[in-house]
Amino acid sequence: MIRMSSKNTKRNVGIVALVVVILAAVAGGYYFTTMNNTQSMSETSMMTSQSSMMSSETSMVTSIMTSATMTETSMASMTSSVAAYQPTTPVSILGAGATFPQPLIQTWTVEYNKLYPAVSISYSGIGSGAGIQQITLKTVDFGASDAPLSDAQLARAPGLVLFPETLGGVAITYNLAAWGITNTTVLNFTPAVIADIYMGTITEWNDPALVALNPGVSLPSAFITVVHRSDGSGTTYAFTNFLSVTVPNWAAQVGYSTSVTWPVDTKPGAYGVGAKGNPGVAGTVLNTHGAIGYVDVIYAVSNHLGVGAVQNAAGNFVAPTLQTILYAAQNATGTPNYQDLRLHIVNAAGAQSYPIATYTYILVYRDMSANPSTTEAKAEALAQFLWWAIHDGQQYSTALIYVPLPANVVAADEQLLLTLNYQGTPLLTG
Amino acid sequence: MQTEIEKTRARQRARHHDFLHAILIVAAFAIPIIAALTFYALFNGSLDSIQAFGFGFLTGTAWVPNPPNGGPPILGALPAIYGSVVTTLISLLFAVPISLGIALFQSELAPRRFRLPSIFLVELLAAVPSVVYGLWGILFLVPFMSTYIDPGLIGSLGFIPIFAGETNGLGMFTAGIILAIMIIPYGAAVMREVIAAVPRSQREACIALGGNTVETVRMAVIPYASTGIIAAIVLAMGRAIGETMAVTMVIGNVARISPSLFLPSETIPSVIANEFTEVAGNNIYLASLFELGLILFAIAFLMNLIGRVLISRLTFHGGTSTHV
Repeated sequence: MIRMSSKNTKRNVGIVALVVVILAAVAGGYYFTTMNNTQSMSETSMMTSQSSMMSSETSMVTSIMTSATMTETSMASMTSSVAAYQPTTPVSILGAGATFPQPLIQTWTVEYNKLYPAVSISYSGIGSGAGIQQITLKTVDFGASDAPLSDAQLARAPGLVLFPETLGGVAITYNLAAWGITNTTVLNFTPAVIADIYMGTITEWNDPALVALNPGVSLPSAFITVVHRSDGSGTTYAFTNFLSVTVPNWAAQVGYSTSVTWPVDTKPGAYGVGAKGNPGVAGTVLNTHGAIGYVDVIYAVSNHLGVGAVQNAAGNFVAPTLQTILYAAQNATGTPNYQDLRLHIVNAAGAQSYPIATYTYILVYRDMSANPSTTEAKAEALAQFLWWAIHDGQQYSTALIYVPLPANVVAADEQLLLTLNYQGTPLLTG
Repeated sequence: MQTEIEKTRARQRARHHDFLHAILIVAAFAIPIIAALTFYALFNGSLDSIQAFGFGFLTGTAWVPNPPNGGPPILGALPAIYGSVVTTLISLLFAVPISLGIALFQSELAPRRFRLPSIFLVELLAAVPSVVYGLWGILFLVPFMSTYIDPGLIGSLGFIPIFAGETNGLGMFTAGIILAIMIIPYGAAVMREVIAAVPRSQREACIALGGNTVETVRMAVIPYASTGIIAAIVLAMGRAIGETMAVTMVIGNVARISPSLFLPSETIPSVIANEFTEVAGNNIYLASLFELGLILFAIAFLMNLIGRVLISRLTFHGGTSTHV
């Protein structure tokens, strides 16, 4: 009997231990979720400091930034009309999507949280396509994409609207250091030559077409390693969109998309290579003699790669800087209409416009109640945050090598944001 | 009292036995059930692609997920299958002899004070995450191959198509080398175990007949351990064909079937890793990636099956080969 009872106590001890473990797990989970916000904030602030380190390295580009741009955006931010908004109940908003605007959006979330401590926003860079998927499935409060959504994609997510929050350029980079052409030498490219290189018709650096464009540079007799993205990407979208607009042959044979089939890959005698992500393309160009690639401008600058000048619509050869990308945005044809903010600014008019530039977009539901995870409090906080982002948020752009939105786009964004509502009740008042 | 306690104990023992029995049955059935569910999920996910392309998917060489005219995607898996098989074969070519050498050294030759450090170092290699191998590959191995190894091979053996053409280090050959480095610890560990399991009497018999170390290894140890060695190769092969990250970083990611080992290619896992994020809304594209997974599953299954058949054959002849 004594033994049996001891066994029973043992079993009881086991059960008690199990209950304690479960309770501890629940408590730990609760603690983790409440702590999570502050933790992710400290992570993002670390990232921000990293990016600002990067930007000091890239002062070459920022210094070209003129005061004209600054005044324009600060004027826009004056019109910000968010009076007496200070929520007290904590809300946490979730966003996901493109990696290109990630450093900027994360800076916004940190700065915004300083202003409105009750609102914590977290953003994960999971890629444009995945961002579109997540907002379509309504698992996040807002999405982000570098490529504008197609009509078919919009049809799959009724009520979804998109608006540009920042813009960037795509740089043509190369590595010819082995032949004495340093990264400070700016090579000239025409759209047709870029298309020929990516179609595999130009395979040598000393091709007559390249030599004619670059008098004074002794281009080597070396084969071109043509680097492109292996994963789908908004960068590829902007790059192929530019080639489709400028080169009819490209539009017919390749087209434009977040991922395309590169003719150079399968052309005998040509040498195409795919690399994953902007860092992958930049790294491959950096490590490969005779390579050419396309990356978001910041990756070309931070890796000290040679950056080419591209012939724009006016016929001038222009290198990518914040200023020339902004010119492209300002000179893009037509006034943006808030009904459809899918803007194309490749091959923009203007003598100094850089031709390969693209907006990147935030995706939200116009009636935020369409997304079951978005409560009314969250909807209001998100609308206020987006309003802040296109106004005051723009001041953080240049330090992180993003181009602040031009005033006409801010105005169109404003009109769109004013239509955001929760079950018909407007979330912002102009 | 006594009998009552004994009865209770017997009941308890029976209950424990039943309980253990149930757990073991669940555990035993879990693996085939998980395998079946995986197969079902992959098959179910790839239905759209199977309907659209049929068997043409296996032989198609074009990979056009977004045609310029806006038409339906044209997708074929052959370049990815080719790349997977070729890189795996290259890796086995290097990894099998080296693993066998390591295993024989550790079990037959190494003095005791070298054996444990050597085992530890090889197993350390197995613990390195594959993305680290990839990083090392792209920063060190790719430039090294393109500067020294590849040009040398092109210069001396360039008349053979597999060594012909240009190189920049990114391609199937470099991917095969990195895979070899990654699977060597697995192969070596399993081979060492099976070689250590060869009975001492086998070796003693050979030595008694006047055999030296090389002859003992060749005539007594390897024939006896051959089934285990094949099993080790199959295991290593499974790891090589499924490896994703390191391969994606050095293979060049191009849907192209080329005889030259120095040209960029792609493998089934690298295609899936590269492209799954952007398939949203393109059902046939998504289904094709699922079907690639299904093909990988089938290839791995087939390779294991071939390994099994080889093992059973060698086991049958094992008794006679030791007499030779």
